[in-house]
Amino acid sequence: MNKILPALLIVLACALVAAATMHSSVLTPATTPEGAVQSLLNQIKTHDAAGAYRYVAKTSNTDEQEFAHDVFGDDGNLRTYSALQVFDTKVLRENDQEAAVRANLQWASAIGAVYDTRDLKVVREDNSWKVLWPVQARAKVPPQVIPVNYLRWDIVSRGADDDWGAQNVDAPRVRIISMNPVEKDGNFILLGEIENEDTVPGFVSVAATLIGKDGKTIGQEESFDKISHVLLPKEISPFRIDFPNMARERIASVHMQPNAMLVPASADPVMGVLHQTMQKDARGHPVLTGELVNQSGQTVNIPHVLATFYDNAGKVIWVADGYVDQSLAPLTPVPFTIALRDDLAPQIHSYRVTANQYSRDRTQ
Amino acid sequence: MNLLKRGIVFAMLLAPVLCSAQLSIAGPVQAGAGAMLQAPGSGSATLYLFGPTGAIKRSVQRGTIAILGDDLKLAGRYTAILDGSSASFYVTAAPLARISFIARPSRVPAAASGAVLGSAFLFDRYQNLVLAPTPVTFRLGTDAATGEDRYSNSHNGVAWVQLNSGRSSGPAQFIASAGDVSVRRVVQQVAADPCAIRMNATRAADGSILVETAPIQDCSGNAVPDGTIVTFTSVDRAGRSTVDARIKRGFARAELPASSGATLSVAAGVVMGNEIHWGGGQ
Repeated sequence: MNKILPALLIVLACALVAAATMHSSVLTPATTPEGAVQSLLNQIKTHDAAGAYRYVAKTSNTDEQEFAHDVFGDDGNLRTYSALQVFDTKVLRENDQEAAVRANLQWASAIGAVYDTRDLKVVREDNSWKVLWPVQARAKVPPQVIPVNYLRWDIVSRGADDDWGAQNVDAPRVRIISMNPVEKDGNFILLGEIENEDTVPGFVSVAATLIGKDGKTIGQEESFDKISHVLLPKEISPFRIDFPNMARERIASVHMQPNAMLVPASADPVMGVLHQTMQKDARGHPVLTGELVNQSGQTVNIPHVLATFYDNAGKVIWVADGYVDQSLAPLTPVPFTIALRDDLAPQIHSYRVTANQYSRDRTQ
Repeated sequence: MNLLKRGIVFAMLLAPVLCSAQLSIAGPVQAGAGAMLQAPGSGSATLYLFGPTGAIKRSVQRGTIAILGDDLKLAGRYTAILDGSSASFYVTAAPLARISFIARPSRVPAAASGAVLGSAFLFDRYQNLVLAPTPVTFRLGTDAATGEDRYSNSHNGVAWVQLNSGRSSGPAQFIASAGDVSVRRVVQQVAADPCAIRMNATRAADGSILVETAPIQDCSGNAVPDGTIVTFTSVDRAGRSTVDARIKRGFARAELPASSGATLSVAAGVVMGNEIHWGGGQ
């Protein structure tokens, strides 16, 4: 008995290990288009690139490595810090040989939940259904030297042993140049723009405190990522501060607090925002689309786009943002899309788009 | 211990009233200079001296008692008690030895009215604020020839001044001086907002539009510093394209996408520049 129990445990452990390793080789072929999409997405959910690739149609002309880069990211882009969390699928149309399936995906990422909708074409191949997953070939940047000689600002601050009256370098002067409170779906939202009026860069944030009718503070929030935090001289950034579940009637006054800190910074990279247009997406919702071009020589890992929308009086009526899940290689345009509120589209008279960036190899 | 403290306080309060005639001190006393205490009678006694920093106890001989300068470094009210009799006296600050000068801001736009503030705090060598009115000279200028001088008398140890910044950019010397003592700070005078931004556009070999500004200056003719953001915008049928360029060596330039007809505009902060209608052979 003393020897049988350990032997049984060893056999059981081996069986479990074998079952776990054989997991990907026993994937069942999809018998329906929706099943194929669901199986593929389930494999993506478990981060099994090889398993997911088994549901990709050969006619996609996508090799496994390209597929893995597309789904799980590369170059330190946003997708590398993301995991598929939830999805749902819906068959749009179907016949014997092909079908279209809409997949609504929710990714958990470093910047919060990212929602994506993909209309996938599914085809019958080798007696099973497989998903067409074409990957757009990324333009390869030819070897070259891109001269970058933009400014950098470094700071020497007052020493600890200096006299108390000794001079220090002041924080940059920043100013809120417009502000507009709006209420939407029971949330109170503050929108506006802030300018760095100084000749040095600053790390900027905007905080707001809501004062109730009884004179007490009823809410305090910051702009978080709905702002460009590092502002170079004369740079203007939109900001948006959301107060969830806050009725406007409860608020007697708002106290705005722009904060600025002197930080070391670099004037590059320069990013162009090209071909910005308002249009409708596949589901008929208004979106702002365009292309980002990194005009510097280093890859930008996570591009962030901020859009300010104005009415015909020039008032800021909405601030929206979006992260691009591709990295920005030098001089290579990458498309972006920012979703817009349906009710706002008719009121928008003009807009301004700015690009923000997070680069892994660039600390400042 | 508490009883002892109460006793000392009681003695300090009552002794000057009851016994002030018996103990005296000659003349005004300056910090660090020492003092002579006159105690009538003869024989040994115990002297207590209470001052701003604490108390000392010493055995002395009645008559003329010397209090060392080291015991009177801090300005303020002192009380000496000698066997029940006491005298109070004030120690004033020693001559001016040091100025703590606060200059604000460290950067200021050129030609800004009342934008520079300077406050001078006058101290003696023992860190006592020199309360006697003292003339202080303030000077702000980028060189010895130009600049603005202002004179002010200190009040309660502080003199202050509010000045306009100069018209030219660069590091301005901001000097506060009183007697032989002077302190220098640097106020960086920087260009104010751009005055007029002019740009021109040319077609690049690949068809894109190259836009470049003329040298960007403020209304006093100072070059707007490098690194300042200048936004170029092109609006055409394909949409709107923007590039936030940085001023480099006085100019800002950018490349906008090719277009057969577009409206090009330029701005820095809230200052707009000229507009160009591109296309039709232009």
